[in-house]
Amino acid sequence: MKSFDPRVNRINPIEEKTEMNIGEAWEPYEVFHQKKRGDHHIHVGSVHAPNAAQALLFAKEQYGRRQNCVNMWVVRTADVTQFQYDDADIFETAIDKEYREAYGFKVRDKINAYKKQQTESK
Amino acid sequence: MTPALYNFILKTADDCFILGHRNSEWTGFGPFMEEDIAFASMAQDKIGHAWLLYKMLDENPAAAETLAFKRAEKDFKCCHFVEQPIGEYDFSLMRHFLFDHADQLRYEMLMNSSFEPLAHFAKKFKGELKYHTMHADTFILQLGNGNEESKARMQSALNFCLPLALGIFEAYEGEQEIIAQNIFAGEKVLQAKWVGKISPIIKDAGLKMPDINTLQAVNGGRHGFHSDYLQPLLKEMREVVDAFPDATEW
Repeated sequence: MKSFDPRVNRINPIEEKTEMNIGEAWEPYEVFHQKKRGDHHIHVGSVHAPNAAQALLFAKEQYGRRQNCVNMWVVRTADVTQFQYDDADIFETAIDKEYREAYGFKVRDKINAYKKQQTESK
Repeated sequence: MTPALYNFILKTADDCFILGHRNSEWTGFGPFMEEDIAFASMAQDKIGHAWLLYKMLDENPAAAETLAFKRAEKDFKCCHFVEQPIGEYDFSLMRHFLFDHADQLRYEMLMNSSFEPLAHFAKKFKGELKYHTMHADTFILQLGNGNEESKARMQSALNFCLPLALGIFEAYEGEQEIIAQNIFAGEKVLQAKWVGKISPIIKDAGLKMPDINTLQAVNGGRHGFHSDYLQPLLKEMREVVDAFPDATEW
């Protein structure tokens, strides 16, 4: 079927295909977004790029234009050191140590959610 | 508004409008997803700039549409450079690099324009244009210093683009008046700044800058004489508008 998109009809398909292997010259980068100065940079997703400078360029378009943004970080995914999920049991405690749990954080989340709800309902 | 000022704003807007449309043709066909989005977004910025400039020419709310969709080809004042088909990505990137540096410098100069609305827009466009040249520079440096094929492609794109790019700086009707009134310092001043700006980047990219003085600029656009590519572009862009000539709402 002939496409209705003139751009499609302009294309002369290249017969000779370039082979590109996974990981060849390209890497995933994790993107961190900062809403305003002083805020934490928050992880928002990842981009594929051949180097960090280009990863930043793409991060700006992918993640920087749907909300306020003053700064971004990109970090090579390979440079992130992490635990294995199999080792998640290291976070379990033998006896109840509820006194150590950071309820303050949970309260703050609730306060923030409430504030947000209040401003949205205005 | 004097005819000279009208002409100056119109040709500046037409360049952005036609290049924005051209670059939008890559949408969905970019070399990879992230770049597809970035390039389309910059094309949208260009059309946004054109839209604001068109509106400056005529306060009638429908005026921008009329200028964009109802004007005859010979009444467009864009340069041949922006009319060229998108070709392959090497050409489109090189055009983006050469054009956007000129565009950014033009608005930097316009920040001190005696015509206040232009000075205002120049400040408004600053951030977007900075990203455009940042994007272009990163690609030119990456591909110029890439492998043998990418270097050869960028060099031949540069050689092909330069005479066309010089058409950006073609003199237009009323230019002396614009200079005398301190609205804009002139195309020749801009061209000199532009050469000074792009030459070191081209050198850092491992490419060879041809001698500008030996090149023949591809002119004509500022006087309504266009390449064979503009008319088909306009026809395609206006297909829907032309199908409903009496429509008043979209």
